[in-house]
Amino acid sequence: MKLKALLAVVLSLATAGIASAEGASATTAKHPEPQTWVWDGVFGKFDRQQLQRGYQVYKEVCAACHSMHLVSFRNLSQPGGPEFTEAQMKTIAASFKVPSLDEKGEVVERNGIPADRFPSPYPNEAAARAANNNAYPPDLSVIIKARHGGPDYVHALLTGYSDAPGNFPLLPGLSYNAYFEGHQIAMPAPLVSDGQVTWAEGNPPATKDQMARDVVAFLTWTAEPKLEERKTLGVQVVLFLLVLSALLYIAYKRLWRDVDH
Amino acid sequence: MSHGNYSYTPTNALTKWLDARLPIIRFADEHLMQFPTPKNLNYWYTFGGILAFMLVVQIISGVVLAMHYVPHETLAFDSVERIMRDVNYGWLLRYVHANGASMFFIAVYLHIFRAYYYGSYKAPREVLWILGIVIYLLMMATGFLGYTLPWGQMSFWGATVITNFFSAIPLVGESITQWLWGSFAVDNSTLQRFFSLHYLLPFVIAGVVVLHIWALHVPGNNNPLGIDVKGPADTVPFHPYYTTKDLFALVVFVLFFSLFVFFMPNMLGHTDNYVPANRLVTPAHIVPEWYYLPLYAVLRSVPDKLAGVVLMFGAIFVWALVPWLDTSRVRSNNFRPLYRQFFWILMAVILILGYLGAQTADDSNVVVPWTGVELPIGKLLLSQILTIYYFLHFLIITPVVGLWETPLPVPESISKAVLAKKGVSSAPAAAE
Repeated sequence: MKLKALLAVVLSLATAGIASAEGASATTAKHPEPQTWVWDGVFGKFDRQQLQRGYQVYKEVCAACHSMHLVSFRNLSQPGGPEFTEAQMKTIAASFKVPSLDEKGEVVERNGIPADRFPSPYPNEAAARAANNNAYPPDLSVIIKARHGGPDYVHALLTGYSDAPGNFPLLPGLSYNAYFEGHQIAMPAPLVSDGQVTWAEGNPPATKDQMARDVVAFLTWTAEPKLEERKTLGVQVVLFLLVLSALLYIAYKRLWRDVDH
Repeated sequence: MSHGNYSYTPTNALTKWLDARLPIIRFADEHLMQFPTPKNLNYWYTFGGILAFMLVVQIISGVVLAMHYVPHETLAFDSVERIMRDVNYGWLLRYVHANGASMFFIAVYLHIFRAYYYGSYKAPREVLWILGIVIYLLMMATGFLGYTLPWGQMSFWGATVITNFFSAIPLVGESITQWLWGSFAVDNSTLQRFFSLHYLLPFVIAGVVVLHIWALHVPGNNNPLGIDVKGPADTVPFHPYYTTKDLFALVVFVLFFSLFVFFMPNMLGHTDNYVPANRLVTPAHIVPEWYYLPLYAVLRSVPDKLAGVVLMFGAIFVWALVPWLDTSRVRSNNFRPLYRQFFWILMAVILILGYLGAQTADDSNVVVPWTGVELPIGKLLLSQILTIYYFLHFLIITPVVGLWETPLPVPESISKAVLAKKGVSSAPAAAE
């Protein structure tokens, strides 16, 4: 009983802090609708096919402007991710040009190898701004963890473009998106029509919503590549600790049985 | 507490030889094994052991993280991400360390409030209590320094806000702030010294913890009844009685800890800290980690910076005065029906201040969390009222109630209280 009360206090202390921090941001942005994701929950895992489709959306749509400099090609075939085959991954790597030096020290471009990070679409921030109406497309490696609402928010943002209400003073070059803070976003709608990306046979139709969901899945993996390993180990650790605590409780009670307390 | 009845006898030639030169086994036997401990300690008393464990967890995980972390403004963020991706079990180390800080603070708050409730600060334990406050202050500093190291947006702007406290000091404030920064703004030199200090302070904490335990072992433990140990019938040896109990509580605590590490590792953090530090972009809302929020609310309740900083540090310092502000003859709130009510009011005030500390600093009204109900009182005004109450609690209520209140009769001894309790409900007690 005492322990229960104690845990309740600890939990409420912890959640009070979180809840208050969440209610905190003064925002005009529309709250994203909560989605269900296959990796949610204690036993959640990624869907390999979804991650592979998401990668394709990333490559064909997002990568035109956004970098992803924390991810290497080799990650694409590692366990817990899209799990492309080794050969597929090497083909993907080779399809990218990465800056390098030749034996004379001249700057050249060569085909990517598994150890390379994803090359950035622009050489530097100034070039990125020059090409994007002075906006800087953020790196997408950890974007899911860097945005309040995570996957739900990015999904809502990608599918939340609409015409601005009649009286909305939309600045030239910006787009209207109710989920974005301030409702004006420099990124034009990236997913404009169903079938924008052509997936291999056997995949669901490439609707705008499906493409958004799949690229969110892919970006969740890039932000948290050890998610599956973490949850698997977590289940084992929790089970072990439950058994251990039960044994220790029995030992404690038996030891104290003869003490008046 | 009587220290005369220890019975360590070295059993073989080696331990006899060692005992005559460095009686370390005798010391461990007296202080970790035979140490007479009141037999009525409840689960709230397990947090001391839990805190010692958390300090070790933080030091070990931190030392390994430091092997991979790069304290440089252009490399720190990516080096943390490299730990998450490419270091074997790096994700585990980092999530243990980051969530471990929160667990450390949960445990320390429960430990402090338990000591406060049972009057463990009263004579002869004042030095023990003050050393505890010193440890808490060192933990606050260490936690803050550690939070700057990933060099995300909240790291950078948190460091900017906190170091600017010192600029409130009259005349020399600006010089002191620049001396702390090692520069004219928070930048690479700040990060490097913060890393150095973040590595140093845990060992200082470990040193003060030794003093804290030393000061504990002179008078011995207080207990929920708040009365002195009268004889051997009141105590049990620390080992195996409290080692098993503490170990059980520790494992339950680690279970709670692992739910965060494995299933919601970023819940206690802030999303902005996954955005690399950018001195040109101020986050919409700078909030400290949850464990500083009540103090942050006190700081912001005063429009004047210097007064705010003084009040905030005063809000911690006033705890060190409690042994002398409390005028009551009895220690434990079990026998203080009136002061007990004020204890719980203070807990509520601290929680509400914590909630207010997480809110945006504007003149809007307080909204009750989860319900969305708006109260007809401004956030600033409520913070001010609660801050005033907080200080009134310590400076006025505590001494006055101590003099005015008639405590309930205190039992003669721990063992008599235990037997009396058993006598009242003899049937279920026999079953136990």
